Amino acid sequence: MNTTAAQLSNFFKVRIPQLDSRVVVTVLRQLALPLLGMLAFLFLWSATAQNIDTSLGKFPGPSAVIEQFDALYSEHQRSREKERAFYQRQQERNAERVAADPAYQPKIRAYTGKETFIDQISTSLVTVMCGFLLAVVIAVPLGIAIGLSKSLNSAINPIVQIFKPVSPLAWLPLVTMVVSALYTSPEPLIAKSFLNSLITVTLCCLWPMVINTAVGVAGIDQDLVNVSKVLRLSALRHVRRIVLPASVPMIFTGMRLSLGVAWMVLIAAEMLAQNPGLGKFVWDEFQNGSSDSLARIMAAVLVIGFIGFLLDRGMLMLQRLVSWDKAVS
Amino acid sequence: MNWKMPFKKIFAPLVAAAGISCASAQVVALGYPEKEELTFGFIKLTDMAPIAIAYEKGYFEEEGLYVTIEAQANWKVLLDGVIDGRLDGAHMLAGQPIAATMGFGTKAEIITPFSMDLNGNGITVSNAIWEQMKPNIPKQPDGKPVHPIKADALKPVVEKYKADGKPFNMGMVFPVSTHNYELRYWLAAGGIHPGFYAPHKGDISGQIDADALLSVTPPPQMPATLEAGTIYGYCVGEPWNQQAVFKDIGVPVVTDYEIWKDNPEKVFGITKEFAEKYPNTTVRITRALIRAAMWLDANNNANRPEAVKILSQSNYVGADYEVIANSMTGTFEYEKGDKREVPDFNVFFRYNATYPYYSDAIWYLTQMRRWGQISDDKSDDWYKELAAKVYRPDIYQAAARSLVADKLASADQFPDFASEDGFRDPQTHFIDGIVYDGHKPNEYIDKFTIGLKSGQKL
Repeated sequence: MNTTAAQLSNFFKVRIPQLDSRVVVTVLRQLALPLLGMLAFLFLWSATAQNIDTSLGKFPGPSAVIEQFDALYSEHQRSREKERAFYQRQQERNAERVAADPAYQPKIRAYTGKETFIDQISTSLVTVMCGFLLAVVIAVPLGIAIGLSKSLNSAINPIVQIFKPVSPLAWLPLVTMVVSALYTSPEPLIAKSFLNSLITVTLCCLWPMVINTAVGVAGIDQDLVNVSKVLRLSALRHVRRIVLPASVPMIFTGMRLSLGVAWMVLIAAEMLAQNPGLGKFVWDEFQNGSSDSLARIMAAVLVIGFIGFLLDRGMLMLQRLVSWDKAVS
Repeated sequence: MNWKMPFKKIFAPLVAAAGISCASAQVVALGYPEKEELTFGFIKLTDMAPIAIAYEKGYFEEEGLYVTIEAQANWKVLLDGVIDGRLDGAHMLAGQPIAATMGFGTKAEIITPFSMDLNGNGITVSNAIWEQMKPNIPKQPDGKPVHPIKADALKPVVEKYKADGKPFNMGMVFPVSTHNYELRYWLAAGGIHPGFYAPHKGDISGQIDADALLSVTPPPQMPATLEAGTIYGYCVGEPWNQQAVFKDIGVPVVTDYEIWKDNPEKVFGITKEFAEKYPNTTVRITRALIRAAMWLDANNNANRPEAVKILSQSNYVGADYEVIANSMTGTFEYEKGDKREVPDFNVFFRYNATYPYYSDAIWYLTQMRRWGQISDDKSDDWYKELAAKVYRPDIYQAAARSLVADKLASADQFPDFASEDGFRDPQTHFIDGIVYDGHKPNEYIDKFTIGLKSGQKL
């Protein structure tokens, strides 16, 4: 007994203080504090929500939002069932018609039902990714060119600076009109609304990438440039072997910034242009003005935030993976 | 009747192409639709119900049509969608195809083979205005106001605002909307001038000489705009009047049923080009819509609760079940707690509601002339010719006949096509007692105290 106590006290004396300083603090920092923050937020949210009376009823608290997540999911499943029934009916109808009219070429038409919340999420994700990739394809080469040439930089910089702060809402009407004027195929492969959102996203998320790439390229260590000169690398090889690897951290920082911008812009663009996606979902619910609308919008807000967070983390991981400069966080 | 000439000319090729004989009672079997994938637009209002029901009950699919239904942001976007082909057809204000064909606003040839409903609108004022109006309204023995409430009760309020130099703003949904004309009719019947349009001078605000200033607000945003105090009242379709009651921000004072009993409201609009290019599709759409309208009114509104449930889905109207049910199931709540029976508030099929009568189109034209949207005098024949260009009972008849042939409807559910000339009998049930005879539009216009008369031009 005594020995055990002694051993224990010994153990505590020796072990715990050492653990205390590192592990406990880390655990606290990494887990407990964020959890505490969340709890405080939830508490504050539900407490304030109780006290806000809108003309659509009380502001939704956490429980109302969770309820709507559930409702949205079951709506999605019901819609999938309807979709199956739709295709089955269509096949039967086609078979009937072929029997009556052998010349008829049966064709399967896409489901005509309304997109569910989950469909809207995937539409938004696809749109933002396509818009972002298009922006990368334009911005990185442009940024490298600007970074390499001082005169090109002076020529293009003012334009970049002017276009950078433009809101997507200003671009959208122009994009819409131009797309409907230039894109006039009778059987369009890609929907116009998708193109509108995509181009708006591209236009808005181009600039941070151009600027960061240019700064990264311009700031390459002079020693590396000299090495390239000594080796007499051709322009293309110089870019590939020296410039690109050296400026990768900055390029990816720009991309990360751009993706964040792209996601924000997309929601606004969808809302304004009534293009399919999460933004349209929010707008539709606002227009409905039912007693569930606010809770549904809040659910969408949380999803939008969470996806934005995941996109950012994803870019960060990618950035760490390809970057030699491990200092980035 | 020389006005029938162009009318015959217009639809003769269509009839030939469709292989439908309208003159004889014999019905040739209807061909397969030429275009099977269609997109229809609508505005979030309960009177879009025939489209939602035709979809949900599978009537479109039974015609071999695969229809996508899309809510539109406002009437302008919707009309542009139909004109530029993004939408194949849409739930439209009765005035829209007429104005488009005439060239007031965007010029385009839009026709309608199907009237969507009768009645269904109301005029709502904010709580503050209602408190000021209330002393001017006679009371029933039980203390509730006597209906219909006339704009006479609003007149002193408007005059007070005018004397204080404050503009009295009201909302309606579109310059050529039913709501605009109904609100104007009601105001003018009570001696309040709603203002003239003068498109030949470039003035399309409609506020010349106005006591009450009317402006456009999209239907779903009406309650929010009223709440914000930007407007003091509005005229809109359901559920946006009942929503004001539920949100406790305003009081519906009068329904359009009381302004003009069984007035034509929305129509289903398509381009003339569409109807000519896809005649079978057009007839089949009309068939599906007629069946939906029949379902909505069947067995004395027995299906209405189910319809309300469908409409309350977020992809259709999306408002709460109770709000939509209030008017759709035969009652209407005025002041909170003052719920009255209005069994015909929404009529989808009874009283030949779906038949596109020329006289309905002409009524809208008379109101356009009355308020200056049509700047110059027009002959009675002009009114009739324009109505015949836009309203197409020939297509409706083809659809109705084939439904009867398929035993999906009986002939007595439709007007007697053999004797029917496209004009309703003179209509008497207006709030100001003025009788409307569609055959004599100019004579009708001259009967109003407020408004342009024959020979007048601003």
